Amino acid sequence: MDIGLPRIGPRSLIIWRRNILVWRKLITPSLLINFGEPFLYLLGLGFGLGFFIGEMAGLPYLTFLASGIVASSAMNTASFEGMYSVYTRMVPQRTYESMLATPVDVDDIIAGEMLWCATKSTISGTAILAVASMLGAVLSWSALLVIPIVFVIGLCFAGPAIVMSAFSKSYDFFNYYFTLVVTPMFILCGVFYPTTSLPPALQPMVNILPLTHAVDLVRPLVSGQPPTAVGLHLAVLIGYAAIAYYLAVVLVRRRLIL
Amino acid sequence: MSQSADAATAQSIVIAAECLTKRFGKQEVVSSIDFSVLQGQCFGLLGPNGAGKTTTIKMILGQSPISYGSLQVFGRPMPENARWARKRIGVVPQNDNLDPDFTVVENLRVYGSYFGLRRGELDDRIEQLLTFFNLSDRANARVEQLSGGMKRRLIIARALINDPELIVLDEPTTGLDPQVRHMIWARLRELKQSGKTLLLTTHYMEEAERLCDTLVIIDYGQILANGSPAELIRRYVEPEVLELRGPSGDLQLALAVQPQADGGPACRFETIGDTVYCYTDDTQTLARLFPDMPGVSRLQRPANLEDVFLTITGRDLRE
Repeated sequence: MDIGLPRIGPRSLIIWRRNILVWRKLITPSLLINFGEPFLYLLGLGFGLGFFIGEMAGLPYLTFLASGIVASSAMNTASFEGMYSVYTRMVPQRTYESMLATPVDVDDIIAGEMLWCATKSTISGTAILAVASMLGAVLSWSALLVIPIVFVIGLCFAGPAIVMSAFSKSYDFFNYYFTLVVTPMFILCGVFYPTTSLPPALQPMVNILPLTHAVDLVRPLVSGQPPTAVGLHLAVLIGYAAIAYYLAVVLVRRRLIL
Repeated sequence: MSQSADAATAQSIVIAAECLTKRFGKQEVVSSIDFSVLQGQCFGLLGPNGAGKTTTIKMILGQSPISYGSLQVFGRPMPENARWARKRIGVVPQNDNLDPDFTVVENLRVYGSYFGLRRGELDDRIEQLLTFFNLSDRANARVEQLSGGMKRRLIIARALINDPELIVLDEPTTGLDPQVRHMIWARLRELKQSGKTLLLTTHYMEEAERLCDTLVIIDYGQILANGSPAELIRRYVEPEVLELRGPSGDLQLALAVQPQADGGPACRFETIGDTVYCYTDDTQTLARLFPDMPGVSRLQRPANLEDVFLTITGRDLRE
């Protein structure tokens, strides 16, 4: 097995560009989903539930929820893309096989795919921010800084998703990852309520999950509070991305370079 | 003098494999094969399914690590130089791996971008390739709208996008109708005439006979024979074949004639199912020695590569 350290070259941008070109063909339905889904969430939960909750952790509930949804939708988008789309290109469509007959190699493909997953996360995060600000949930211009942060969040979740693709024998396998990893994070990592209200026994576990750090980065920027422990949060997200990138490259090499 | 001749030979070797070996666990799929492909040649890699052809190709492209032995492509060792070598190689894979998310033109454009080619230099090239493969009027069709033959032509066109020196074709005409197959053969011959080197795997012997200058027959990972199609026919089988086909009772009666004992030409018989193959130097004389039997049909023909292939690799069915 080739466990050599991957080298990220400019060809990863060519793979990224290929995905942009495909996305452009489906731009209308894609954007409709990107705007529509958060709109429903914020309208339904933010106003509906927010009516009874009022404030949470010192913030209007709509603001609290919107900042959590920005982070969780970045996770969802990157996870979905890194599994279903990457698997489709790797196995049934044999797109990677065709790329590997050119000067492109696995290192470039995986880097390009991660960049693309992160780009898609950024598109969806930006759409949610736009909807949230129309609904008056964004309280500060510092929310603009969320856009590059969402890119990093996307990278963080793209890596593990591609690792799953590299293992998977069929699409069904991804249900496990969504049920056992993505959904628990969505519920436990501070999207809907502060993690501090969870039982103390759960806290250490929740604190190693990347979505917790993603939410902690995004929420103060949306609400205009001073962010804390930025270095730590970014380090966790980038750490997950880097380790998962390396694993994904090794596993995809094992799968395709026999 | 001899030194410069050596240099010239060294330069013109495009692929050189020595003791090339590939193992998957304990199973050896390619066992210590030696061959070299010269520039401008069409080199055939023939063998039944599972003989090790595709694995050999994957090693040449750096898509499969080498277990033992050495492999040089354009004079540089593989797989360290795979990326560099692939810039100069065009690949026609066995399976359709066109990008279904794109149209015909977009497929060529995007594939070109993997080589770092820019839009400006690509557009002219794409137009030429579409004309060369009669695909101009389908330029904006989606891949799924293409027939099998069009897809195949597009895959070959795609392999030429980087103007490669070496074109690797893994069963390029499998499953195509005769019209498309002949068109592809004509194009491949044109490419060879323009100085390209071709490496072709196939199990269509007619294809190999028409296209290949030199070929090797491999089976169970080993090279069993090599030479030009004509040389192989001369070396391994008699020049002519008489086929007798009919019910087995009639065939036995026909064979009971024993033409050799009656002073006829030397002959080697092989019976497969409902057919007796008589390999000989002189089918004319041989045919006259057999009595005319209404139930038995006859076919006299020159020996071909398929006879060689079946003689060498046997007639057992392969998975």
